[in-house]
Amino acid sequence: MKPILQITVSLLAAAAVAWAAPARAADPSADEIVKHSLESYYYAGNDMRARVSMKLINVQGKVRERELTMLRLNVGKSGGQRYYMYFHAPADVKATSFLVWKYPAKEDDRWIYVPALKQVKRIAADDKRSSFVGSDFTYEDVSGRDLEDETHALLRNEDLAGRPVYVVESRPRAPAAYSRRLSWIDRERWLPLKEEYFDARNEPLRTFSADKVEQIGKQWMVTVRSMKNLQSGHHTEVVFRETEFDVGIKQDIFTERYLRDAPTQWIR
Amino acid sequence: MENVSGRERDVRKEFLAGALAAVVVAAAPPASAAEGIAWNGFVQSHVVARTSNVQCPAGTECDLPVAELRGQLEGEGKNAAGNAGFLGRFNLIRDIALGDTRLETRELYADARSESLAARLGRQVITWGVGDLLFINDTFPKDRVALFTGQPLQYLKLGSDALKLNAYPGPANLELLIARFRPDNLPTSRRFILTDPLPAGLPRSTTEPGAHAAELEISGRISGYLDNWELAGYASRTHYRSPALRVTAGQIVGIYPRLNTLGGSLTGPVGKGVLSLEGGYYDSPSDRDGRDPSIENSQFRGLVGFSRQLWEDTTLGLQLYGEWMRNYSAYLETLPAGFSAKDRLRQVATFRFTQLFAHQTLTFNVFAFIGLSEKDRYVIPSLRYNFSDNLWAEIGANVFAGNRSGTYGALQDNRNVYLTVRFAI
Repeated sequence: MKPILQITVSLLAAAAVAWAAPARAADPSADEIVKHSLESYYYAGNDMRARVSMKLINVQGKVRERELTMLRLNVGKSGGQRYYMYFHAPADVKATSFLVWKYPAKEDDRWIYVPALKQVKRIAADDKRSSFVGSDFTYEDVSGRDLEDETHALLRNEDLAGRPVYVVESRPRAPAAYSRRLSWIDRERWLPLKEEYFDARNEPLRTFSADKVEQIGKQWMVTVRSMKNLQSGHHTEVVFRETEFDVGIKQDIFTERYLRDAPTQWIR
Repeated sequence: MENVSGRERDVRKEFLAGALAAVVVAAAPPASAAEGIAWNGFVQSHVVARTSNVQCPAGTECDLPVAELRGQLEGEGKNAAGNAGFLGRFNLIRDIALGDTRLETRELYADARSESLAARLGRQVITWGVGDLLFINDTFPKDRVALFTGQPLQYLKLGSDALKLNAYPGPANLELLIARFRPDNLPTSRRFILTDPLPAGLPRSTTEPGAHAAELEISGRISGYLDNWELAGYASRTHYRSPALRVTAGQIVGIYPRLNTLGGSLTGPVGKGVLSLEGGYYDSPSDRDGRDPSIENSQFRGLVGFSRQLWEDTTLGLQLYGEWMRNYSAYLETLPAGFSAKDRLRQVATFRFTQLFAHQTLTFNVFAFIGLSEKDRYVIPSLRYNFSDNLWAEIGANVFAGNRSGTYGALQDNRNVYLTVRFAI
């Protein structure tokens, strides 16, 4: 950190509320914090299997539900991943499955299996900031973003609900639905505990919160999470159950064969 | 060939597949007892109103060509090891327009699989190829009536009564299908106003290919990835699924001519979208020289498609499709008087625009077939709203227009609007 900036940050921090400690020179850089956080949140273990329940709740309190199994495998050392998602419910989307081949520095490949037609369709990958199945989470909220998609700055250290956190501000490099986001990242477990997204007019847009964090084997995991759209009032609650890490999911699961015919070994 | 009624044949096949499913499930060792049967279903009403202002001939349902209530029951089970299972999907239809009630077996099959092999026996829906509502290497049975009357997507294809074998050597996927013939479901004069160029009043009979080894259909596909592009090759020894009709000895006789196809497809990312290519050769072995006007001339067929997102929750898809007749001069020479000649290269473009609103509960979709050669159009706008996870309703229209001698223009007395309401149980 440049001395001038460091002094500025220190002065600003000194003027801030008493419990907010300034970022210190000994702290990791904002990029390192966000990198750790992405690794802990999206890359934990070599593979993962979980049963995921989503509740999509509109402003009148009407609830829609999505029940799916998620499989994930890390591929190589450079951040490639494979995701497989199989929908159990509701009836309208039952047996629909999604396949994502995620690459560190280029657009993902994405396929959907449409059970009504028994057809596998490749979908254009330009929609990573579109809503995931009508929820308040976007595709990239589900399968992760690249460190380089945004610039990051460490604002301060503080406590959030008894946990020590770094507060980091990230701004997208390319135009996006949000102009900046603030993340409260656990200083020991590296998980994001809260995120606030702001729109182009700097009005609050969405808020993410980690409602329950559990240790599963060696990994810390946000097992209950929610995203609220502050402008529409719509919100989404997500519960991860039966989460397992390093269970030996093979790469061939993430192919057309299993899109058409769910792998019964994993989809229960 | 044997002349077995569709219903008799269905019953036999259903019995066979059902028995096999029962055997597979019963044979699962008690220690790994079956995990029980999961039941699902829905009730659905579908009403179609004709909007073309025409006089219908006697015997054609005019104002409401389709008015039906349908219940679907689906049962699915597998053994605990996950290597054997079955699925049955049945529809009970109260057809108010035609005044009958019928039970349809949409799908009924048993499955067995291992790490590198899989088998499925029974009635099953197969979809091949990369086209959007355009099929080249997918020669499997389709339901044109369902398409033209706005039935939900799942009704556009009919199940094949087949044995399907899959092998997965390394990264490739090999699929082999041995099926009994099943025709397409084509519009008839009970619901549609059709122009029939053949003489009226003659007795008609149509003979379907039977179950003899020589008449079975065999289709194969090999698919795999080249980096992140998907490649597939296809071959089929099959039949045309609409009858070739000819007048002989004072009656109209229909047969389903033999068809061989060979083709390939390719799909992958280009720019911010998805590019799809598919091509195939349709060989008419019963009319190799193209001189039998009742049988389709051998053809090359191809399509190129591109789809991409325009903005959030909005996608656009475009396709260009062509059919190129192999023996065009023979076709022209033998074309009966009164029939208008097709172009050697018949071209169709398609357009799809889809936008989702209100957290993906409201879907607006327009699909259009544009007959570039035949100067006709078929446009399908629709709007669907999901009231809840269990209840949705869709309104839409089937708009045929343009040159009356074109494939779509010929249907313009059947323009309609439809309403579908489905409640899942």
